[in-house]
Amino acid sequence: MLDFPRWKIWATTLACLFGIALAVPSFFPESVVAKWPSFVPRSQINLGLDLAGGSHLLLEGDTSDVAKQRLDQMEDIMRSELRRAKIEVGDMSTAGGRLSFLVRNPAQVDGVREIANNQTQPVALTGQRTFNVEVVDGSRMVLTPTQSGIAEALDNAMKTAREVVYNRVDPEGTKEVTVIRQGKDRILVQVPGLQDPEGLKALLGKTARLEFKMVDQNASPDQVAQGRAPVGSQVLPMAGGGRIAVLRRAMVNGDQLVDAQQTFDQNNQPVVSIRFDGRGSKAFARVTQQNVNKPFAIVLDNVVLSAPNIQEPILGGQANISGSFTVQSATDLAIQLRSGKLPVELKVIEERTVGPDLGKDSIRKAVIAGIVGTVGILLFMWLTYGRFGLYANIALVLNVIVILGIMAPFATLTLPGIAGFVLTVGAAVDANVIINERIREEHRRGRRVMDAVQHGYDEARTAIFDANITNVIAGLLLYYFGSGPVKGFAVVMMIGIATSVFTAVTVTRMFVSLWLRKRPTELRI
Amino acid sequence: MRLLKLIPDDTNLDFLRWRNVAIAISTLLIIASIALIAVRGLNFGVDFAGGQVVRTTFAQPPELDKLREDVTALGLGDPSVSEFGSPREISIRLPLPEGGEGGANAAASKVRQALQQKYPGVRIDAVDTVSGKVSEELIWDGALALLLSAIGIVIYIWIRFEWQFGVGAMFSLFHDVTLTLGFFALTQMEFDLNVVAALLTLIGYSLNDTIVIYDRVRENLRKYRKMDIVSLLNLSMNETLSRTVATNFAMLLALGSLMILGPSVIQSFTTALLISVIVGTYSTVYIAAPWLVWLKVDSDSFLPKNNTTTSGGERMTSHNEGY
Repeated sequence: MLDFPRWKIWATTLACLFGIALAVPSFFPESVVAKWPSFVPRSQINLGLDLAGGSHLLLEGDTSDVAKQRLDQMEDIMRSELRRAKIEVGDMSTAGGRLSFLVRNPAQVDGVREIANNQTQPVALTGQRTFNVEVVDGSRMVLTPTQSGIAEALDNAMKTAREVVYNRVDPEGTKEVTVIRQGKDRILVQVPGLQDPEGLKALLGKTARLEFKMVDQNASPDQVAQGRAPVGSQVLPMAGGGRIAVLRRAMVNGDQLVDAQQTFDQNNQPVVSIRFDGRGSKAFARVTQQNVNKPFAIVLDNVVLSAPNIQEPILGGQANISGSFTVQSATDLAIQLRSGKLPVELKVIEERTVGPDLGKDSIRKAVIAGIVGTVGILLFMWLTYGRFGLYANIALVLNVIVILGIMAPFATLTLPGIAGFVLTVGAAVDANVIINERIREEHRRGRRVMDAVQHGYDEARTAIFDANITNVIAGLLLYYFGSGPVKGFAVVMMIGIATSVFTAVTVTRMFVSLWLRKRPTELRI
Repeated sequence: MRLLKLIPDDTNLDFLRWRNVAIAISTLLIIASIALIAVRGLNFGVDFAGGQVVRTTFAQPPELDKLREDVTALGLGDPSVSEFGSPREISIRLPLPEGGEGGANAAASKVRQALQQKYPGVRIDAVDTVSGKVSEELIWDGALALLLSAIGIVIYIWIRFEWQFGVGAMFSLFHDVTLTLGFFALTQMEFDLNVVAALLTLIGYSLNDTIVIYDRVRENLRKYRKMDIVSLLNLSMNETLSRTVATNFAMLLALGSLMILGPSVIQSFTTALLISVIVGTYSTVYIAAPWLVWLKVDSDSFLPKNNTTTSGGERMTSHNEGY
């Protein structure tokens, strides 16, 4: 029977009240909600960028770089380890994505293999090591990076990149920015309220690898002009034009910085003032002591910013970087240096920016459309099904509020999401239409009031169930494959399906059973 | 108060009488749609084609030709300038510049500056830049989502009903999606990510109708063992007719107000849904149901089975002609 026991009435009512309570904060301005006590729900519906306005950037890391850097690093390590062990090797190359070299004395091959093996690490969970070490033709060592080693390095690089990006986008940590990794090699950045992302892109476009290198004074100007450098040196372009030869080995690098600020020098030119950590300070002091009156180069991303002479030893670990900066570019560089260098180069592969007015416009129009559509449906249901239509209408309004309530703490409302709302309203009445039509039909066939209602709800159940499951299947795939705002639509749709089954079936049944307690003899539907 | 009735009680329309005509028309429409998609193609938005689109609102409706010239003068490639929503709302679309992403940034800034200089009071509403790589992935993901959800739903129907119902649902889905795509090819309305969302919704929604009627067919098959299938389908459709009309009317109310009053950014989305409601209702009656006739569904299909293979392959081979 349509028996609706008291506990069920309580449970249903409580569930509805809970949903409504969750929705309440979204109807008040943020400043008002902030003053509410903490035991009442306070989370408001989160607006997506397409409604709130702001910038969305999808960055992709240049991963081929990671593998190459790693190989170069391995080469450096092997060279210095072998030098320390006083083992002579030759023909070292990183061609073909692997490191290979000849061991001059065949008797030392086992020792070299030992050294090489010590430089590889196991990769968690895979049973592989970072490099495979082989001996070919008796005396040639070949170190091949393993797949899982590369994957791990890539993952680490992207993890670091995400943090660096976060620090650059929001150095003070006050904005509500979203910086999340997406897939293997991507980072999604969302900055609400940002109108012109050019500045942000400039900030993210540099890897900001800072190095201090001695200028190679032995290189002849002719050689440098041709781009050729003596062994152990390299020719780099200067920021102001021209080229210069510097030693390959960096004396100190940006990893050892603790702070970087934009300031002005004695000539009132913008400079970046940096401070080294303990180790960096010591290294910097030692090198400057040994090289007074020699020029050193400040290198950023392989471009020499300036190459001043060391006038006196710099002992305090503090230095100014000059170069032809504007206040803005010096501030940017300071932020970039503070946030650390990006382990990979990042490219913007997708960018979407929405102005605040468009978002407001969209919300206003969508809300108007939603209200008009909903009122139309409410009127239609009432006119068509009378009392049962009113029950369905209560359920419908409840449904809208509960969807808002459930979304507030978890989900983001986007523009397609609002469309999903309107659609949910349309689809939610379907359940009630099916039930009411069935009651009508059963009544027409001569069933008594109670019987007709009972049959109406029972027979409608399978149709409602199956129809909603198909929508859930579509919704899940939409969520899984959809991007950005489309995901928002899928979320609303799925929450809407769940709540609409509850409100359209359970809640209306509660009302109907309460009405049936009066033993009505006439059924107008 | 007398209650509103869109459909009188006890209708007895012979829907299936026109099934052969309907299927002929549908087949023609499907062929026409495929031809349109092949020949004219879909007007892919930047989501799928890659490129850059700048959406703007002008203080006064600008002359499109002059605006196009002004943007062309910036030397950023061939712009396409079009109205959306109202004459004051203009979207300017540019190809992806050769210089990769750096070029794209510069382009957006140039357009912004040029417009603000020449058209005081112009508002830059949105800038979208999508690289070729991302757009390819979006196409692929969208297509995959469509295909998988269609397969998922058809399998679900097959499990819950019978294989014939699954086949019917599959054909009606194919019909709905193809015709909607054909509509977009015909009108050259912009086909973007939102439309894919609409197509996925369509898949769920168009089957809503189908399932409600299938549910009734299943019930009637158990109830009226001796009734022939055509009469039984007609009966089921008449019994559910007022529901079909009421629900679709409610949907049209919701979508219609969204289309007329809603934001212009999602116009393509609402249009796609509106079409799907209409096409989906039609296909339930004239695609999904006739397949049950052709595939010889009868009450045996829902009897407890002694031999699980009886409803399968045998019947397929023994009957080929229509009912």
